[in-house]
Amino acid sequence: MTAYDVESGDQVHPGNPVTVDRYTGGARINHWITATCLVLLAISGLALFHPSLFFLTGLFGGGQWTRAIHPWLGVILFFSFAGLFIRFWRANLWKAEDDTWMARLRDVLTGHEERLPEVGKYNAGQKVVFWSMSVLIITLICSGVLIWDQYFAEYSSVETKRFAVLIHSLAAVTIICVWIVHVYAAIWVRGTIGAMTRGRVTGGWAWRHHRKWLRELVGKR
Amino acid sequence: MANFEYVLPPAPTANVKTTYGQEDLVRRSASNIPPPSRQLTPVAKLIDVSKCIGCKACQVACLEWNDMHQEIGFNHGVYDNPLDLTPESFTVMRFTEWVNPESKNLEWLIRKDGCMHCADPGCLKACPAPGAIVQYSNGIVDFDHDKCIGCGYCIKGCPFNIPRISQVDNKAYKCTLCSDRVAVGQGPACAKSCPTHAIVFGTKEEMKQHAEARIKDLKARGFANAGLYDPPGVGGTHVMYVLHHADQPQIYANLPKDPRISPVVELWKGVTKYAGLAAMGAFAAIGFLHHVVTGANRVSPEDEENAKRLAGGHR
Repeated sequence: MTAYDVESGDQVHPGNPVTVDRYTGGARINHWITATCLVLLAISGLALFHPSLFFLTGLFGGGQWTRAIHPWLGVILFFSFAGLFIRFWRANLWKAEDDTWMARLRDVLTGHEERLPEVGKYNAGQKVVFWSMSVLIITLICSGVLIWDQYFAEYSSVETKRFAVLIHSLAAVTIICVWIVHVYAAIWVRGTIGAMTRGRVTGGWAWRHHRKWLRELVGKR
Repeated sequence: MANFEYVLPPAPTANVKTTYGQEDLVRRSASNIPPPSRQLTPVAKLIDVSKCIGCKACQVACLEWNDMHQEIGFNHGVYDNPLDLTPESFTVMRFTEWVNPESKNLEWLIRKDGCMHCADPGCLKACPAPGAIVQYSNGIVDFDHDKCIGCGYCIKGCPFNIPRISQVDNKAYKCTLCSDRVAVGQGPACAKSCPTHAIVFGTKEEMKQHAEARIKDLKARGFANAGLYDPPGVGGTHVMYVLHHADQPQIYANLPKDPRISPVVELWKGVTKYAGLAAMGAFAAIGFLHHVVTGANRVSPEDEENAKRLAGGHR
């Protein structure tokens, strides 16, 4: 069996406990640049989205600075996420067990993991987050360029910009909701955050949540 | 000439007091403000297109009063100069050569374009910066440049495509209806300079009456569809036109027939704004509740044992 979802650097280290390398240093740096941009974009975007949040522009040095910085952060995020996409897309391809996993979402949320199929490096929920982020970031960069009036005002009509700004705000709200799911899942499932900070998880974590991936890694040795 | 009813009073030179200010705001962008304690008399500028000779004195007066320096441009082979509104030119004359299909006459339609000072201003609705766009109870919609952040949302909100963002200071500019002059009892600079009195200024009621007389006159001269342009879709405007062909305003360089704030803008600044915050709040709240109810999802010692057995099995 070819292990489609084993990424470069993934490795098992026997010991007490067993540890598993999940993300390389490069992947982690790539992730945290993207994460920082996403948070700053959300804060600066929300500041211009609802008047009650306009005070957040103070964090960026005022309204003019917020307006000027936000699109550049978006450009950095776009390229940074493109790096993550290249790293992660293969392991996020949809598989038969993902349908079963999704159908048993109730068991996922109530913590009955013994009723779930064994999954690879990413479960269906993580895959949904990955593909949602991909689609939404493309939507946001395209609609964002259309309303980046400082440089691109003359390339589209006002009517096009009206639709662009509406789509941009809807996509932004959606991506923030996806981000909440992403962060909450990382907090709820204990032992996850270490994967993106130190790059490792315990063997028990891999056994519990990504058993197919663990079996593949062990089989590879 | 001295008896002309709309000749403006001489400019006061001493003891000038402003007659209105921040306490007279009825709307303030991205803010909730209490209603003002008094109502100013609504004012209006009336532009009689049928009397305009296209001299551009109004453009010059506007540049001069507002101390702006429109860059010297190029002759594009048409009378419009500059070709469009700019951050420096709050008003431009738009020239249209129109052949009347009934009379076969060539009619030269000259419309002074600029902010219409809508009663329901789309720019103000779209603006995210508190206080950057304000509306006084006399109807004047003004930009406060100290608070403008240069995002260009006002352009998307405007049904008339009026505001322009300066590439120099990244702030939005448009006609102020000379709010500074009006505040000291003067009319707008353009009205003062107009040699044919095609531009007149006064209370909105007066201007409507004046327009009525003009329309009657135009109808008597064969312009059966002469009328006043005070579009109800934006709640009426404080800059109005007398048009000889009021049934087809679009022939006057695309003056919109039934302008209103775009439904896309209404959706963006209406339900999206509130539903968006609610959705984000709901996701965060559900996450919190889920954690409270189910508790953390922890790896058990058995999981670690199983992993050890699996990893060790291949040694």
